[in-house]
Amino acid sequence: MVRYILRRVMYMLITLFIIATLSFFLMKLLPGSPLNAEDKLSEEQQAIVLEKYGLNDPIPVQYVNYLGGLVQGDLGISFAFSNTPVTDILMDRIGPSAQLGAQALVVGTILGVLLGLIAAISHNGFLDYTSTVIAVLGTSIPNFVFAGLLQYVFAAELEWFPVALWGSFEHSILPTIALMIFPMATAARFVRTEMVEVLGSDFITTARAKGVSEPGIVFKHGLRNALIPLVTVIGPMAVSLMTGSMVIEQIFAIPGIGEQFVNSVMVNDYPTIMGTTLMFAALFIGIILIIDLLYGLIDPRIRISGGDS
Amino acid sequence: MKLKNWALLVILGLLLAVLAACGGDDTEESGESAESAEGTEETAEEPAEEGEQVLNFINGDAIPSMDPSMATDEYGFQFIGSTMEGLYRLDENSEPVEGIATDHEVSDDGLTWTFNLREDATWSNGDPVTAHDFVYAWQRAVDPATGSEYGPYMMGGVIKNAVAVNSGEAELDELGVTAEDDYTLVVELENPTPYFESLTSFGTFMPLNEEFVEEQGDDFATSTDTLLFNGPYTLENWTSTANEWDLVKNESYWDADTVQLDRINHVVVKDPTTSVRLYEEGSVDRAGISSDLVDQYSTHEDYAVTPETSVFYLKLNQKRSDELANENVRHAIARAFDKDALVNEILNNGSIVANGLVPADFTPMPETGEDFREVSGDLMTYDVEAAQEYWETALEELGTDTVELELLGGDTETSKVMNEYIANQLSTNLPGLEVTLKNVPFEQRLDADTAQDYDIQVAGWGPDYLDPYTFLSLWVTDGGNNKMSYSNEEYDALLEEAQTTLATDNPARYENFLEAENILFEDAAIAPIYQSAMAQLISPKVEGVFVNPFGATYEYKWASVGSAE
Repeated sequence: MVRYILRRVMYMLITLFIIATLSFFLMKLLPGSPLNAEDKLSEEQQAIVLEKYGLNDPIPVQYVNYLGGLVQGDLGISFAFSNTPVTDILMDRIGPSAQLGAQALVVGTILGVLLGLIAAISHNGFLDYTSTVIAVLGTSIPNFVFAGLLQYVFAAELEWFPVALWGSFEHSILPTIALMIFPMATAARFVRTEMVEVLGSDFITTARAKGVSEPGIVFKHGLRNALIPLVTVIGPMAVSLMTGSMVIEQIFAIPGIGEQFVNSVMVNDYPTIMGTTLMFAALFIGIILIIDLLYGLIDPRIRISGGDS
Repeated sequence: MKLKNWALLVILGLLLAVLAACGGDDTEESGESAESAEGTEETAEEPAEEGEQVLNFINGDAIPSMDPSMATDEYGFQFIGSTMEGLYRLDENSEPVEGIATDHEVSDDGLTWTFNLREDATWSNGDPVTAHDFVYAWQRAVDPATGSEYGPYMMGGVIKNAVAVNSGEAELDELGVTAEDDYTLVVELENPTPYFESLTSFGTFMPLNEEFVEEQGDDFATSTDTLLFNGPYTLENWTSTANEWDLVKNESYWDADTVQLDRINHVVVKDPTTSVRLYEEGSVDRAGISSDLVDQYSTHEDYAVTPETSVFYLKLNQKRSDELANENVRHAIARAFDKDALVNEILNNGSIVANGLVPADFTPMPETGEDFREVSGDLMTYDVEAAQEYWETALEELGTDTVELELLGGDTETSKVMNEYIANQLSTNLPGLEVTLKNVPFEQRLDADTAQDYDIQVAGWGPDYLDPYTFLSLWVTDGGNNKMSYSNEEYDALLEEAQTTLATDNPARYENFLEAENILFEDAAIAPIYQSAMAQLISPKVEGVFVNPFGATYEYKWASVGSAE
């Protein structure tokens, strides 16, 4: 087990290195420069400014310098926010995004599981169709439409919640709902499909024959098995939720990381682009590792070995 | 069966209740972990204390830099302008009024300016503001080690030796700014610069307290604690990534008696619909209205349009296209699109038609005070008949009946519609003209501009100082921003004269500017489109906020809270 984890961590570092390299060179292909007054300066004047940021060096040299800093845990100084270390930007902005993402993930998944469960139990019944419709709408309506609608109905018209901005728990309710629709619909679809299959399998019939109560069959025998495939999708979903949604953050004026990332690409803020990409990548790879380890716990059929095969 | 469904619903309801409770816990935790941001959190709804004058505004983005040498954008200059003070400040009529300087003398040749500084101005740490602070700040702005963009841009060619210092050919102390004593600042200029007085109100020219800046080092201007203020307001609760911050009345400002507002709270909101909803909710006192929302809000009682001083036009590149090198082709194109329809139906935000280069309500004529634009008149108007006459002559001269041209423009939603409209108008009104569209992001457009790799380009310019020269100098032969191979000796000579021999004679300079602008359109060098404006909802509470023609967008020194109803 320990050997397995060590090996995986080593792979993670290699993957991160490849991601860092790829994104570094791709980023350099972006048109433009990080200068803001490019149209107002002569080429000599531009060169003087770029010199300060080490951007006049050949790209391979810049790459080596960057990796050197990275190894020492230095993500560099942002170009767009003068004198601000990238680490500070990431730390400041990840909080709201992570909170929203976590709330949306927890609430969304639980509601989704319930929805899927109800659908599976009343298979082909009225409740099944209702929950399927909800799930299909949830995956197909873009969340900015949904967010705009929520804001209009519950904030602008009914005035139950604040229109936007960040601060109290109340401020986070509408964006959480807008964000949780997707995980809810996804979870509902997975659970329904799996439950229908599991409830029709032999061991459930056996359990019924032995006189296990209906709730016991649904929750203890059925649900536990139906949740396994859900674990696979929840990991990546968690990362994408917690790293922020540009659209939701923009509509509800939330100071999150998603929007910051898109912004930094727009203004060629190289250190921030790299820092954000690497953080997202590290989170993603980390979560995948955790999920692989979790499989062993949830499903006894999956065993983690030393990995000689 | 039915009973079971009901049971499930009850379970669902119970679970929801539990979830709601859990959700509550969830935020309490994260609230604690985000403690550092806590202090700034609820500013937008903070109730004003009895008699306190408070306004709540939206800012379109975070403030990228509060360092006067490093700032390059609208928001940086806005908050530097509110929290700092240079030699002069612009008043309601854009006239320079006393700031740190009380008055000044100019030498007969217009090259040496001696400013007398007030002795009662202090920094927010109690230090006096002296002439040395200006010397340090200006040197810092052109020091190549600083890496400033606006330093060399604003000071190059204006302040003696600025270009040489920036390229490392001269020492810092050779820059033409010296402190004769603590309260006398002597500035030597490269050329006589009649608009220098208003230029000193610009962010890049703000003083800096050397001791403080050096002590902060790399941390300077990254948060409230690492800034010093000498202007009407101080900036509170700010860090460089902050999404909320406040301007608070600066009690140590030399003219604090004039400042009536106690506080102006700011919060970043980027989405236009959200801004308007926050305005209607009463959380903010001003909100911008984007083009698509204008129809819905133009009848709102708080709807207001504020003209801006940016001008947009078609650049006609004479280098790549042989056709555009033909004057008659340019004359035809410049007259062939309906600007009224474009402004009213496509932009729809209060922008006005431009029939010249220098914007309206920007610079008054030196003696009469009339607006330059009015005196210069409409130099290039929409006129299909004239356009077609020019077009026929042009085709004859070129010996062809079809012309293909590429129109390069921006790729924002509004730009795309506008580009399409202009392309359509041109090819409809000028038979035989085929226009292909190329909509690209801003950066790419700049690259194409620099390489002169375009035929027609939708471009614009905002002023950097209060003088027609900021616009007219764009088109001098081989000018850094010309990039369309326009060249006219007479035009060059008029502008050269305005900056040299006539530099101390402002009325004569303006005569030259009028003549130069006339030549520009006799040559049909560019095709003016429109002058931009801001459509906003502004609460009647907001009083005494002036809009500057350049530099900081808003001037809050004289602002106050009017009757709330």
